[in-house]
Amino acid sequence: MTTPYQQQYQAPVPPQGPPQGPPQGGPPQMPPQAAPHQPVPSGPPSQPYAGVGPYTSPIPVRQTHLGNALASEWTKIKSVRSTIWTLGVMVALVAGIGLLVAASTSDSDYETLPTTLPGFFGTLLGQLCIVTLGVLVITSEYGTGMIRTTLTASPQRSRVLTAKALVFFTLSFTTTTLALALVALASAGMHSGPGVQEPSSDQLLGATVGAGLYMSLLGLLSLAVGCMLRHSAGAITAMLGVVLLPAILPAFLMMSDSLRDLGEKMQEYSSPQALASLFRIDESLNSGWPQLWALAGVTAAAMIAAYVLLEKRDV
Amino acid sequence: MIEAVGLTKRYGAKTAVYNLSFQVRPGAVTGFLGPNGSGKSTTMRMILGLDEPTAGHVTVGGYPFRKLPNAPRQVGALLDAKAVHGGRSARQHLLCLAQLSGIPARRVDEVLGVVGLQNVARKRSKGFSLGMGQRLGIAAALLGDPQVLLFDEPVNGLDPEGILWVRNFMKQLASEGRTVFVSSHLMSEMALTADHLIVIGRGQLLADMSVKDFISYNSADFARVRTPEGDPGQREKLTAALSEAGGQVLPEQDGALRVTGLPLPRISDLAHGADVRLWELSPHQASLEEAYMRMTQGAVDYRSTVDERAALQQQMPGAVPQGGPYGHAPGAPAQQVGFPPGTMLPGYAEPPAPPQQHAPGAPYTPGAPMPSAPGAPSAAPAAPAMPPTAPPAQPPAAPSAPADLTKSDTEDAR
Repeated sequence: MTTPYQQQYQAPVPPQGPPQGPPQGGPPQMPPQAAPHQPVPSGPPSQPYAGVGPYTSPIPVRQTHLGNALASEWTKIKSVRSTIWTLGVMVALVAGIGLLVAASTSDSDYETLPTTLPGFFGTLLGQLCIVTLGVLVITSEYGTGMIRTTLTASPQRSRVLTAKALVFFTLSFTTTTLALALVALASAGMHSGPGVQEPSSDQLLGATVGAGLYMSLLGLLSLAVGCMLRHSAGAITAMLGVVLLPAILPAFLMMSDSLRDLGEKMQEYSSPQALASLFRIDESLNSGWPQLWALAGVTAAAMIAAYVLLEKRDV
Repeated sequence: MIEAVGLTKRYGAKTAVYNLSFQVRPGAVTGFLGPNGSGKSTTMRMILGLDEPTAGHVTVGGYPFRKLPNAPRQVGALLDAKAVHGGRSARQHLLCLAQLSGIPARRVDEVLGVVGLQNVARKRSKGFSLGMGQRLGIAAALLGDPQVLLFDEPVNGLDPEGILWVRNFMKQLASEGRTVFVSSHLMSEMALTADHLIVIGRGQLLADMSVKDFISYNSADFARVRTPEGDPGQREKLTAALSEAGGQVLPEQDGALRVTGLPLPRISDLAHGADVRLWELSPHQASLEEAYMRMTQGAVDYRSTVDERAALQQQMPGAVPQGGPYGHAPGAPAQQVGFPPGTMLPGYAEPPAPPQQHAPGAPYTPGAPMPSAPGAPSAAPAAPAMPPTAPPAQPPAAPSAPADLTKSDTEDAR
């Protein structure tokens, strides 16, 4: 049967709530057209609900804009612990490993290699934190149902995604670049003896801004994937595949002659190799910027798909 | 003002909402009723632009929701109390929603006060009870001081004080001229809160009328009359006398009579005139809950059956299922599954057949055993349950209830 209330309602008089006081006084004024809306026949003093005209807020209604959404997303991202944790772990990994490597190497190691190198090892792990945060920024809303509250408060869905992407990208780019700059400066300070190469501005740029850009673009790609998959675990797994597969697959692809070229390309554009290029760990590698542009292209495509799906799908 | 026209939503082969058209007007609390899975929440989501209707459209204040220039300032909604990020504090949650529509942070503290969450404003909402979650959701709906308010099951999980507060609060919002649309599956709650009712079942409109009309269409008072047991002659005599005087008489499970259309003193007079002693003469009222259940009976998707426990009992002589069409003939399950005699589990009784179903003078043999309840009279004396009404999805019963009965009903409801 349907509800347990039936028994109760077979009593001669249904138990009713305690008497209620009137929310507001005032004599009934009922215009004739409001006849269908008689006061509710319950609660002692019936109220002239139908006697009032439609409510208008005394505060004027303003059109909303992207700035509102940005403020909202900034509040959101800084008020959950996952942000603090993932970014904290990322900084700890990048700066910690970087400083450790810088401290445990000697000046002679940097005769052919740039002093920015120690930052590289932390980024390999740190990028996974950024990936996680990028996914969580959007999938945590789907997981908790918060997305329905958000999209009810702002039915302009694309604006919400834009604000999320901008806030997340700015935050992760700033954090990663600062952490990398710290490592680069500390490493250069520790190893400044004779014979050590002074890092060129090109090398410095690649090891700080370039690597920071690479990691935060990867995070943005994660956000787009999270928006499409709408599931934290699924999106993080997918992103691990994106990061790890191009690094692992080439080992198998290169066994076959016909696929050797593909394998080499894949390896060149895999995330560890791209970061290695940005850090110039080997003279034979390119500058790393082509990989960065490739990642930017992939991210842009994923974001477009995310926009389309977000606008089209039911929430 | 909410206006839905031909609203239809299909999820693959399943039609959740079909051709739903209604208007929700300002200045009144409109109750949105239906059994579980009848499409209430789907309709709410379509109003809020979260789900795209397969056909038809719905507008709020003349705009499709997603075209509103500043939605939270015009429409406030509580869809799901748990639709918050548990890691965020109540205040931060409301703040990020306020910022989304350019509402100043001061307003957040105001609405926190309105719903009584000031003291836990900085606690993470993960630890909130369902009732606190509902209050947080109501606070979010109020942020923009909107003209239209939608609440999906707002009293779920609230304590009695909270239920009373929500009830009065919704009435107050409506009295200010706002449009208040509240879904619920509790008719009893809506009878106290709403001015107007929209009832759906299986995604289709069953009723769209004022609560007053709903009551007068669907609820009728009746008298229970009991003649001395073991003397069917007296009962037949009284039945004849009452029918002659224009009353409608229906026999009940336990041998009592259900009389409509005659006031109590008149029944007493007639009994006296017919020289029949009465053991009971009591006023009763078919509740709105019954009327609502009768209306939605055919549209209930999730109906429980009697727990036969057959899988646990390998050899149990006499454990033959003997339920009615819905698997629960009154009286029978109690004997089968070993509850004490007379125990009536809540929800096992079928809603009584509406008296209007039987035209006066219909061939209804008083005292004849009920078709689906053999031997029931002694088994369930406490439950005046009737056999299931045969065709599901009864249309709203004809407005044949006398007006004075309706009036007394409304007075009782206060």
